[in-house]
Amino acid sequence: MKPTDKLDIREILTDLEHYRPRRRGWIWRDKMPIDLGPFHYIQASPSLKNSIPLPSARHLNNIDPQPDSTITTEIASGRFEDDIRRMRMAAWHGADHIMVIRTAGQSHMDGLLEGTPQGVGGVPITRKQVRAQRKALDIIEDEVGRPINYHSYVSGVAGPEIAVMFVEEGVNGAHQDPQYNVLYRNINMIRSFVDAAESKKIMAYGGLAQIDGAHNANATARDAWKVMPELLVQHAINSRMSERIGLRPDLICLSTVPPAAPPSPDLKINLPYAIALRELLGKYKMRAQMNTKYMDSSTREATVTHVLNLLISRLTSADIQSTITPDEGRNVPWHVYNVEALDTAKQAMMGMDDLLSMLELKKTGYLYDQKREIQERAILMMEEIISMDGYFNAVEQGMFVDSGLYPERMGDGIARSIDGGIGANTIIKRASDYLAPVTAHYGYNNVKQYDPSCEDHPEKLIGGSTFEKPELIQYIDELDENDNVNHRLDDTEKYRKTSLIKPEVQWLGDGVVTLDLFFPTDIRTAEAAALVVAKNMNLSQAEVIHKEVLHPAEGTRIQLKGTVNFDIDTNDLVLPEKEDVLEEEEILAYVKDHHIKVVAGTGGSDEHSVGMREVLDIKHGGIEKYGIQYEYLGTSVPIEKFIDAAIELHANVIMISLIISHDDIHYKNMEKLHNYAIEKGVRDKLILLAGGTQVTPELARSYGMDQGFSRGTKGRHVASLIVKRMKEMYED
Amino acid sequence: MKQRNDDYNTRSEHLKKMSDHELKAYFEKLTDQIIDPLLDLAYRYTTPAIERSVLMRMGFSSLEAKAITEKMMDYHLLEHGAGHVVFKYAQLHKLNMRDAGLKLLDTHEMEKIAEVFTHEAN
Repeated sequence: MKPTDKLDIREILTDLEHYRPRRRGWIWRDKMPIDLGPFHYIQASPSLKNSIPLPSARHLNNIDPQPDSTITTEIASGRFEDDIRRMRMAAWHGADHIMVIRTAGQSHMDGLLEGTPQGVGGVPITRKQVRAQRKALDIIEDEVGRPINYHSYVSGVAGPEIAVMFVEEGVNGAHQDPQYNVLYRNINMIRSFVDAAESKKIMAYGGLAQIDGAHNANATARDAWKVMPELLVQHAINSRMSERIGLRPDLICLSTVPPAAPPSPDLKINLPYAIALRELLGKYKMRAQMNTKYMDSSTREATVTHVLNLLISRLTSADIQSTITPDEGRNVPWHVYNVEALDTAKQAMMGMDDLLSMLELKKTGYLYDQKREIQERAILMMEEIISMDGYFNAVEQGMFVDSGLYPERMGDGIARSIDGGIGANTIIKRASDYLAPVTAHYGYNNVKQYDPSCEDHPEKLIGGSTFEKPELIQYIDELDENDNVNHRLDDTEKYRKTSLIKPEVQWLGDGVVTLDLFFPTDIRTAEAAALVVAKNMNLSQAEVIHKEVLHPAEGTRIQLKGTVNFDIDTNDLVLPEKEDVLEEEEILAYVKDHHIKVVAGTGGSDEHSVGMREVLDIKHGGIEKYGIQYEYLGTSVPIEKFIDAAIELHANVIMISLIISHDDIHYKNMEKLHNYAIEKGVRDKLILLAGGTQVTPELARSYGMDQGFSRGTKGRHVASLIVKRMKEMYED
Repeated sequence: MKQRNDDYNTRSEHLKKMSDHELKAYFEKLTDQIIDPLLDLAYRYTTPAIERSVLMRMGFSSLEAKAITEKMMDYHLLEHGAGHVVFKYAQLHKLNMRDAGLKLLDTHEMEKIAEVFTHEAN
């Protein structure tokens, strides 16, 4: 797979019935210190073969340090074929744990779904869909050079079947926690725990990492931080149950979310809790999730909260660092926000590399007292659960997700009846001759009635199950002749097979764009005005997705989404000329044999100098590196002085930096420079170059410059242009 | 649960003398006490979903597993294990597992194997 080639979804779907996963089970990152450029990182893992570094890495030779934690992204737009493309983008930005959200309602479906119907808020998890995504991830992990873990959910009333399918299809991780079924999905509690034991046994066999469901209590409770004692109890029940069924402790992951978020005092609440949890349940792995409870529609606010969550991860531990997209408070996540969340995690974690070698968490005072109190409150809750005659009775009486800080009770917990909920009264007592002649079966199994030698391997009674003989797996392609991937691909085929494109946020050709607007009005007026903007721009399905008051009277920010109703033919596009940069040797050779002297500085009333220094200085790979001499005049240099200095110093190149651009002052200054050179009679002897973040090369030339340089310019670009221009001037 | 004020200070008196280490050991002991009956329940019972998952591992599709399990439920056969019923039918008729399971979708065949299990139980 070449980085310049697109994933071919139809190719992935071809011959899918014969695809077999290349491995089973979860893979952790190789954790090791690494050296990159001038830096030594401690909490790191090897760099990727192909990746997109952080934007600022362009100043640092594009290094892309990867943290030690597995990094998760959650992807599920409802169309798995579009999600596959997002998975590739996510992997390039550092994700090695791809979690697929299920379509709404799947946990209540009594049996597996098949085919590729479109989902709502997730995708229907089916064998075909899982197989196609795992097959795509094989290609993607080869491309980035790091194993990618694929993950979904083993819950609902079809948990054991999903677990079987996941092991057969090489799914690497799954959520499994019967408490989730009971509390949030109203699935009968007895059914849930009996099913869960079988599911866990199957997952243990397949080496899947398990993530629990405790984080949902944070999201559901009225005051998220008050459920801290209960979270310890929920984690303990699921983890210990899993361990006793046979899951390895290093594959049992606690889904832990810092429960509070600003403007509450984030760290004072979240840090003692994080320590309490890791102290009591430290033999398991931590899947640090980001807070969703207090997310609103501001992506900036969400990102800051998430960075504070990452600080908690670095101050304690995170074996898996999950990411929440900052747009989750306003839409089902879009491509770009998965990538933003991944970059946030990578940036913050490597920025806080080795933090605890410089800091120490206090063992006395508030932090310790608070931690101990949370632990004691959790223990008191467990004592009461036992005194209530066990877990089921405690749930029935509403012990869980109460809004009081245990032992305080507000009487508003989620109470479920032992005989109620979906799947009630469906468990069946195993008879004395009960037999299940398969691998990874939990509980009573009378194998010896047929062959005592098969007791450890019941599957030998039938000559092996699908786990040993994958050729036994029955593959179903499609069940619904209308709602399937083939039709969806046909509908968007022109965006795959022709030169037409459309802007996109989640689905190929969806046409969705966002506008970021400011109106000097109150919020209600601004919202209405924004919709008028959308209408006049011919956007359909316009919707305000974020509004933020800057001042009740002076102004409001509106972010709006809408759909464009036209295609763009890439064949008709006029692309800006691709810069043709000379080889370094050619530049060096020319400079050696010719007199080139540059006069440089920031023009007008402008104090910016960083960009210019980078293009000049040898240490940044500036023109000095090629032997080009320069005279730096400083900042806020009057325009006339550039020309006067050039004449006096016998310079033949002027480089002027023009950062400030309001009222087009940068272009006015270019014109002034050009005119003054003419006035002094030296224009034909000088190469005039202007640079700045808002400089457009074409416009710079129209204002009299030989060339303009914008963001991202390196010394080599400028040196190359100077040499080419000199050749034109003196060799023609 | 009834509303109750925070009585943490009095309720936790017996925990105060424990070291952190002892507290953790106590936490683990209580966890096992809560879990023991849950694991015991799961050991002794099965569910339609578990039986479907057994049939899938024996080489049936999800749709076949669901149909076979539902039919067996009608004849109260799941207590013996869905896989067991298929296994026994395959043995009696010298069939492979898949052919045996699919044949059991025939009501007459299901009745016959149900009789075998009833007979053996008596």
